[in-house]
Amino acid sequence: MSDLIALVSIFVLAVFIGFEVVSKVSTTLHTPLMSGANAIHGVILVGAIIVADHSKTTLELVLSLVAIVLATINMVGGFVVTDRMLEMFKGKKK
Amino acid sequence: MSRDLYDLLDLLAAVAFILALKGLSSPRTARRGNLIGAGGALLATVIVFFYADTPDSLPLNNLGPILAAIAVGTLIGVPAARRVQMTQMPQLVALFNGVGGGAAALVAIVEYLKLGATASIAVLIATIFTVVVGSVSFSGSIVTFLKLQELMTTRPVIFPGGRFVIAATLASIVGVSIWVVVSGGTMPLLILGLLSLLFGVLFVLPVGGADVPIVISLLNAFTGLTVAASGYVLEATLLIVAGTLVGASGTILTRLMAAAMGRSIFGILFGAFTAKPIDAASDGVARPVKSGTAEDVAILLNYAQRVVFVPGFGLAVAQAQHTVRELADLLTAKGIDVAYGIHPVAGRMPGHMNVLLAEANVPYEQLAEMEEVNPTFAQTDVALVIGANDVVNPAAKTSPGAPIYGMPILEVASAANVIFLKRSMRPGFAGIENELLYDPKTTLLFGDAKASLTAVVSALKAL
Repeated sequence: MSDLIALVSIFVLAVFIGFEVVSKVSTTLHTPLMSGANAIHGVILVGAIIVADHSKTTLELVLSLVAIVLATINMVGGFVVTDRMLEMFKGKKK
Repeated sequence: MSRDLYDLLDLLAAVAFILALKGLSSPRTARRGNLIGAGGALLATVIVFFYADTPDSLPLNNLGPILAAIAVGTLIGVPAARRVQMTQMPQLVALFNGVGGGAAALVAIVEYLKLGATASIAVLIATIFTVVVGSVSFSGSIVTFLKLQELMTTRPVIFPGGRFVIAATLASIVGVSIWVVVSGGTMPLLILGLLSLLFGVLFVLPVGGADVPIVISLLNAFTGLTVAASGYVLEATLLIVAGTLVGASGTILTRLMAAAMGRSIFGILFGAFTAKPIDAASDGVARPVKSGTAEDVAILLNYAQRVVFVPGFGLAVAQAQHTVRELADLLTAKGIDVAYGIHPVAGRMPGHMNVLLAEANVPYEQLAEMEEVNPTFAQTDVALVIGANDVVNPAAKTSPGAPIYGMPILEVASAANVIFLKRSMRPGFAGIENELLYDPKTTLLFGDAKASLTAVVSALKAL
């Protein structure tokens, strides 16, 4: 199996998992779920670190450092705000 | 760290993300799910620093600046997430999503600068996709932020020939993309980025305020897909998995949200161009409304057998959750049946009101979803609408062409009496007039929701 096909296979399988895991979520949780999914795509931070490591010119380095800052805000802020939201749901089942 | 170990740990992080989304789909496991996701993200970030292609490539080049940039991002993100008022949370999520899209676009640009002419066609296409969609997500999210923060008008912004400008921008994006593939130069890619930023703005401007949350969800899915595409460019499997998961679940979530509002995604994005704008507020004549005092409201409530509270964003803005609860407790003590009717999109986002009321410790059993509460309005003596408007607006059922037409509403009009606590006659977030305000069985109590409720509570105690 070529690399391209392997990556496409991963992509297709992930699409189905993504569809499946959220197919029956109540409206109550739409907001936290959106926020949580939002935090997960902050993992682009990993990509930003990789390109910063490979940077050869100042321009590349500056752009990748900006990407790191933005991605970190996305990831860290996203998980923290989702947790704050979900904290309010706790203890409501008495 | 060997490649195999690195890939295995990445697999672990990918599993964590799947478990996170699964957990977030159920109230019982949601918080744990989010923490599992955070754990996966932390693991994925840490191991990048310990993986080396060749033994002497560690530590990473530019290690100091990288760590400093992470510190800066954390110092911006954490306080923003901690300090934001729960009422302003939707805009914060929009901003977080936007910067994520921006980061993905930048990563693709840097990788393109490095690869130059050596990039394969497949990589070029993935790069173009990331730059275009990441930039759209970035600028589109900024516009949604401005709309939600009410720094700009919340009404659909339409200008003459708008759809032709959008079509022309889209055509230029396609043209410049071909230019990028053919020439392989840097300049075309930067032009492509700028055009995409413009397109993101044009794409969100015509969306009405009430539909903005759905657009945030859609842009969230877009950002996921850009992350997946940049994962392909960088040959980073985890980014493909994580980005695709978010893209797919975000698409489903967008559809679920749109369904909850009785809207089609197509209608939300392009409805402003096809629907005739109705200027309900334009007849210029102030029509009579029946406004009452806190005492009038207290009397109505006192002789009711069943009262349904319909909380809206105005309640949250006035921080009146606790006063509502006090009033509800008082009524319950008098043997009156009390419930809260929660519209799925009350507040600014689906589920937003549940978060806000949970913050005020309102008993969960009293919160009734729309489908449960609607059939009971006919037996309800008083529907008390607190700072809500669009979610009870009969125009959603009666006026084809209204921006909210087709959205399921809370049918408070079937209750024997309707009381609106409002600050003014200003229309709701969707920017349309509410006929129910002029109905003979409607009483209006003007003022800040919290002040009005406090007055009603004292009047009720005095009876």
